[in-house]
Amino acid sequence: MGYDFDWSSIPGALPFLWDGMKVTLEITLTAIAVGIVWGTLLAMMRLSAVPVLSWFAAGYINLFRSIPLLMVLLWFFLIVPRLLEGLLGFAPGSDMRLSSAMVGFALFESAYYAEIIRAGIQSVPKGQVAAAFALGMSYSEAMRLVVLPQAFRNMVPLLLTQAIILFQDTSLVYVSALADFFGAAYKVGDRDGRLVELLLFAGAVYFIICYSASLLVRYFRKRMGA
Amino acid sequence: MTYAWHWEVFLQPAASGDSTYLGWMLAGLRITLALSLSAWVMALVLGALMGVLRTVPSRLWSGLAAAYVELFRNVPLLVQLFIWYFVLPELLPAAWGDAYKQMDPFAQQFVAALVCLGFFTSARVCEQVRSGINSLPPGQRNAGLALGLTLPQTYRYVMLPMALRLVVPPLTSEFLNVFKNSAVASTIGLLELAAQGRQLVDYTAQPYESFIAVTVFYMLINVVVMAAMHRVEQKVRVPGYIGGK
Repeated sequence: MGYDFDWSSIPGALPFLWDGMKVTLEITLTAIAVGIVWGTLLAMMRLSAVPVLSWFAAGYINLFRSIPLLMVLLWFFLIVPRLLEGLLGFAPGSDMRLSSAMVGFALFESAYYAEIIRAGIQSVPKGQVAAAFALGMSYSEAMRLVVLPQAFRNMVPLLLTQAIILFQDTSLVYVSALADFFGAAYKVGDRDGRLVELLLFAGAVYFIICYSASLLVRYFRKRMGA
Repeated sequence: MTYAWHWEVFLQPAASGDSTYLGWMLAGLRITLALSLSAWVMALVLGALMGVLRTVPSRLWSGLAAAYVELFRNVPLLVQLFIWYFVLPELLPAAWGDAYKQMDPFAQQFVAALVCLGFFTSARVCEQVRSGINSLPPGQRNAGLALGLTLPQTYRYVMLPMALRLVVPPLTSEFLNVFKNSAVASTIGLLELAAQGRQLVDYTAQPYESFIAVTVFYMLINVVVMAAMHRVEQKVRVPGYIGGK
């Protein structure tokens, strides 16, 4: 056991690590917000009686759920920018990594959110929809005022759990050398030759945040069950 | 926008000289399959063991198993992989660390990725096995004990044969996840499928073809695994349960 720990490079690096954490949170929150909106639309399309819509949604969801997140991110870092340069005439080499990451995560997570939301919508008893129609509501009113509020209430724990997974997955932007929290920790460790300490520190920070969040989810679940 | 499609690029001899670019791709596919399947076996064994521990009456053992699950579930996969690959060899006794570092680089990457994926997935398998065991009617356990079986015998002959059959459907998605998660191994330099795709972009300058091919390979893996698990599900389903005969 010959390793000499030296944690001294961490205190000075805290502001840089905090900047990284802000990038991580920015990506996570954007992906959650877009993911829930686009995911709800996808779920409604998936359940729609119009074949084109439900095929499109099923295709989208299955495509994104069958390829690794890392592949999706590589598509968005390496391929999509070239495509946009060609199509929209962006200056070649402009730094689109952060926006690419946000779009990539949002589109990817939507597929997972869509499945959670679909299950949530299907958990609302059929009688509720029938009752809404009997009261003279249109489809959009029934969805907006009756079905979705109940569905989302049931889904809160699952949506939060998915958000925790997403928060962890943002570390994969490492493949684009974007300095999110993990990227920042890696860079500091690499610079100071203290990779061991920085990686353990990053792991501990992720653990504390995710574990606290999962305790919160458990609390919600208990309160809803009561 | 005009892009020159050159699908025949896959048949051209690769820069290494001894293979075509398609050969590179297939070599990556082989590593992805070998890594994922061996990690899956490891995850099943460890996960089943931990899942049982999660449900035993002993506070100590079930607490330890719960801590195990929380540890592997609340740290990102990428961070875990880097800890196995960069940190652990430094912390092991010097002789072991040196032995590891003297291994062939490919073997180092493969072992780190295998151990990482195995532990990571086992925590998820553990939770499924636990909920399978907990979904059994409590009378089964009590009946086993009342017949004079010891607790290990009750698990071995009464509860596990039922529980393990019940958890097959939820395990399908974990099995699919192993293949997808194996792509993370490309970050430590393991030349699996995703890494080969990236390498092909650099070597052939045909980014779309390479990425489309890799994506299609992952989708194929998905389809094959789902079909295989569907057959397993039908073989093992329990008559009388939902989805049973």
